[in-house]
Amino acid sequence: MDHSVKSLLEQAGGNIAAIARQWQLQNDVHAQSVEELDAYMHEVLSVMRDSAVKGMEKDLRSVRGLTGGNAYKLMEGVKAGKTAGGSLIGRMAARALAVAECNAAMGRIVAAPTAGACGILPAVLLTLQEEYGYTDDQLVNALYVAGAFGLVIAHRASISGAQGGCQAECGSAAGMAAAAIVYLKGGDAAQAADACSFALMNLLGLVCDPVKGLVEVPCVFRNVGAISIALTAADMALSGIVCPIPCDEVIDAMRQVGDALPSSLRETGEGGCAGCPSMCK
Amino acid sequence: MNLFDIIGPIMIGPSSSHTAGAARIGRVTRMLLGEEVKKAEIYFHGSFAKTWEGHGADRAVIGGLLGLSVADERMRLSRELAAEKGMAYTIEPIQLREAHPNTVIINAFGAGGKQVKVQAASVGGGSIFVQYLNDMEVGFSGERTTLIIQHRDTPGAIAQVSQMLAWARMNIATMRVFREDKGGRAVMALELDSVPEDKLLTSLRAMDAFENVTLLEKL
Repeated sequence: MDHSVKSLLEQAGGNIAAIARQWQLQNDVHAQSVEELDAYMHEVLSVMRDSAVKGMEKDLRSVRGLTGGNAYKLMEGVKAGKTAGGSLIGRMAARALAVAECNAAMGRIVAAPTAGACGILPAVLLTLQEEYGYTDDQLVNALYVAGAFGLVIAHRASISGAQGGCQAECGSAAGMAAAAIVYLKGGDAAQAADACSFALMNLLGLVCDPVKGLVEVPCVFRNVGAISIALTAADMALSGIVCPIPCDEVIDAMRQVGDALPSSLRETGEGGCAGCPSMCK
Repeated sequence: MNLFDIIGPIMIGPSSSHTAGAARIGRVTRMLLGEEVKKAEIYFHGSFAKTWEGHGADRAVIGGLLGLSVADERMRLSRELAAEKGMAYTIEPIQLREAHPNTVIINAFGAGGKQVKVQAASVGGGSIFVQYLNDMEVGFSGERTTLIIQHRDTPGAIAQVSQMLAWARMNIATMRVFREDKGGRAVMALELDSVPEDKLLTSLRAMDAFENVTLLEKL
């Protein structure tokens, strides 16, 4: 299998979700049919939904108490009209916080592609469903589309913060989510690839700098930034803006940037936010 | 890596390497022990030694030793569950030479008197790699359905296993054999394309040459 967005688009002939299912069927030890694969994806969706609800609890706290309860605050702020960005992005941001904080509190989540970036896809998919009434089957297809782009990124670059910085985690998730949004809004495969490129180029160079080495600060807050980038990246592609750089080249650039990052900015808990004086006490 | 490693795993947070991977190491240790764990000595090396509390790596390893899967919500309360089930444990940091930064050593003692010592690393995304089994250097991930056979290094041991798998019409995807000395302790790790039936495992366990046969599945 040739891991490139180019070959994905050529093979897919417009249907990325179908190709993604075929890839998985060839590699899955346990599942023998598309029905079994889809049953897993529906379970994924249901876990995402539960984590978005659980993370919204007012009194939720992480094991070390650095985060928790912020999703509740943001959702209340959006409802009360205190926020500037409007309802759709506000609800999406609150859900991203909710899932990421559920994760920090040792709740059950779906790593997508990682636990640190777990808030982005559920926030985007569930809020678009709430807004536009997509069916669960459509969201499952969108998950396959996201997964196909994620798999190419994992093979050509990395989805690990320790290897490639946060661009590999929140960046990859934003690129995957942007492609999924394009799918849901009826864009074509080339537009999905452009959306992925736009999202990745906006998060290129993002460092992985967890305070005290924990998946809390700044991780949960970066899940929020990533959804806004995914959304605006998809909107550009859906409006017909073509990314000047092919998606594969952006992904390769991400790998090079990741390789150039010093180890203090790759999940060692030393540089960046982790190195801020008030966080080192 | 496949698509469900990207959209997945479904797991208890907060960290795929420090929580899900740690739980898998606990679980694989219990499987290799082959019975309920009565007592476990847990040693954390590297990044695990620094952040095990905040990442819940302690609760994850304990949960895995109790047989919980990486998605089991009881993980958070596994220390309480251990007390309830009468599983004792100790946790200590350890400094190893030339080990992966996320390494755990577990010395587990079973309810029926068995003992196993496992050194494994959590290598990212919840994937693990077992490096030492009872102080002998090995190497397997358990990512696919894997048969681990501990045996004496004798002529024909490998032939016996492959023969029995062939009779059961099972395909071996990959196979690695590790051994200490000629005629000494040896371990076979066979990744299979399908899941063997209990009947086959029982026949393998009945063979004189094989001391221990473990099926690692759905870690």
